[in-house]
Amino acid sequence: MIAFILRRFAQAVVVMLSVAFIAFMLFQYVGDPVTNLLGQDATPQQRAQLRADLGLDQPFPVQFAKFVGNALQGEFGLSLRQGRKVSSLIVERFPATMELALTAAILALVVGVPMGVYAALKRGNFWSQALMTFSLLGVSLPTFLIGILLILVFAVTFKVLPSFGRGEVIALGAWTTGWLTWDGWKHLLLPAITLSIYQLTLIMRLVRAEMLEVLRTDYIKFARARGLQDRSIYFGHALKNTLVPVITITGLQLGGLIAFAIITETVFQWPGMGLLFIQAVQFADIPVMAAYLCLIALIFVVINLIVDLLYFAVDPRLRMEKSGGAH
Amino acid sequence: MQAALVRFLDGDVWHSFRKSPMAITAAVIAFICIFCALFANWVAPHNPFDLATLELGDARLPPAWDEEGKAKYFLGTDDQGRDILSTLMFGARISLLVGVASVLLSVVVGVALGLLSGFAGGKTDALIMRVCDVMLSFPSILIALLIDGVGRAMFPNAHDTLAFAVLILAIALPGWVPYARTVRGSTLVERHKEYVQAARVIGVAPARIMRRHVLPNVLGPVLVLATIQVAQAILTEATLSFLGVGVPPTQPSLGTLIRVGNDFLFSGEWWITIFPGAMLVLIALSVNLLGDWLRDALNPRLR
Repeated sequence: MIAFILRRFAQAVVVMLSVAFIAFMLFQYVGDPVTNLLGQDATPQQRAQLRADLGLDQPFPVQFAKFVGNALQGEFGLSLRQGRKVSSLIVERFPATMELALTAAILALVVGVPMGVYAALKRGNFWSQALMTFSLLGVSLPTFLIGILLILVFAVTFKVLPSFGRGEVIALGAWTTGWLTWDGWKHLLLPAITLSIYQLTLIMRLVRAEMLEVLRTDYIKFARARGLQDRSIYFGHALKNTLVPVITITGLQLGGLIAFAIITETVFQWPGMGLLFIQAVQFADIPVMAAYLCLIALIFVVINLIVDLLYFAVDPRLRMEKSGGAH
Repeated sequence: MQAALVRFLDGDVWHSFRKSPMAITAAVIAFICIFCALFANWVAPHNPFDLATLELGDARLPPAWDEEGKAKYFLGTDDQGRDILSTLMFGARISLLVGVASVLLSVVVGVALGLLSGFAGGKTDALIMRVCDVMLSFPSILIALLIDGVGRAMFPNAHDTLAFAVLILAIALPGWVPYARTVRGSTLVERHKEYVQAARVIGVAPARIMRRHVLPNVLGPVLVLATIQVAQAILTEATLSFLGVGVPPTQPSLGTLIRVGNDFLFSGEWWITIFPGAMLVLIALSVNLLGDWLRDALNPRLR
């Protein structure tokens, strides 16, 4: 058990270090920081001076160690485009993205699970067929198109919901939230739906498949033989056992939601990290790209680690497989 | 050649195709889209890139069935007076080109690495599989965006061809992982079979065994995967272009058209963005359906 945790932890550190290395290489080889700071017509003395000040004349491993040290403190330098500290830019944008991703994840779970259960129980009837077709469409429709369609219907045609920005937000210390105002909710609704559709269809298909699988097992037959009510069989026994993989996948997908928020944020001009990142890509703003990359990698690694450990704790069968398997 | 055709028409795959209305519909739609895209020069009613034929007075006309529309422009015109139907065909050509090229690239890389991984085993295998794990734990769109951003930073004034190359690379690079894993799995099975052992015994070089003997036997699942991935690559390309980091603006793909049309959504000109969107979904959906059907048709357990 402890060996497993340690190994996963070591893997996570290796992943983080390789991502940090990629980010470091971006700084080193893409664009010249000295030219960026001094401009084209600086004297060689000025350049050498700045080079020494920035520590760019030191050996490669020392520079990398310094970079990692700074990154651990959240220090990524100045944004080339906005001239502000990258860390404060990210801190400012972080709550918007997190609120959007969390709302979307909850929406996907709350709607997706019952739809999946329904599609499994009423397999073959008209509505469950319709749900399956809808889910195929959900996979084929790219996120940005869903956003555009929602804007067209709710913001342009019916004019009932706003189509850009976060609306009114309340500041709780460094965290700004739109969850506490009516206006904030109105602004959140369309982006959250857009972001959740793909996950929703995924969860629905997964729950359906798992339910069908579980309903064939012996203990469900026994539960029926014991004369239990349908409702208690479906929700007490069957659903409970399908939820382990569902929660795992949803947990893993939360990282995906934060990444896919880039697209949703662009469509709805949502002032989150994704919008910051896409503008950084367009303008080749390396410090912002590197910081975003490291942050996303950290979120992913942490989520993966937690899910791994949870899974390990929940399912005793895995303990056997993982310790015995060729890893 | 003729024998192969006869064998195909007589075989299971063709039979299952004829029995599946879904597959036929999808194939017809995909065929029409691909045909129009490939032969856009001849099929399209106008040439949207021929500046001489554009009339700014015809800008932002609604589709022909609307009162204000003109029969000349069946699906209306965009802000520069270009016929939407024609830009759709030319845009689909670029989308398909990027999609197919990036899938080909990821198939080649993925199959090669998968074969190597499965055949060599040991440290090589472990290294390649760890890289796969790391790649899989990040969404492909993020990797694509990153590569695109780096390409943009390294070649700020890139030529169109270079921009295309970077884009194709950006889409292909996160895409090779599933091929590598699939091929590695099948290779592990194949390499213990007798024909491989026989080849080894008579002294065939490992590289030749991989290429000539193992490769043909592991390509089935790759074909299915590649079909579905084409749809995925087209959507990724459209997403990148929509975000403004995809194809160069002089060569608009479907994603670029949607991006441009998006600016006119609020003034009520929905057709500039909705028609390219519909075309995109039509292509993706039909290719996806074809892939699903192919997977079932080639799966011996489902016969």
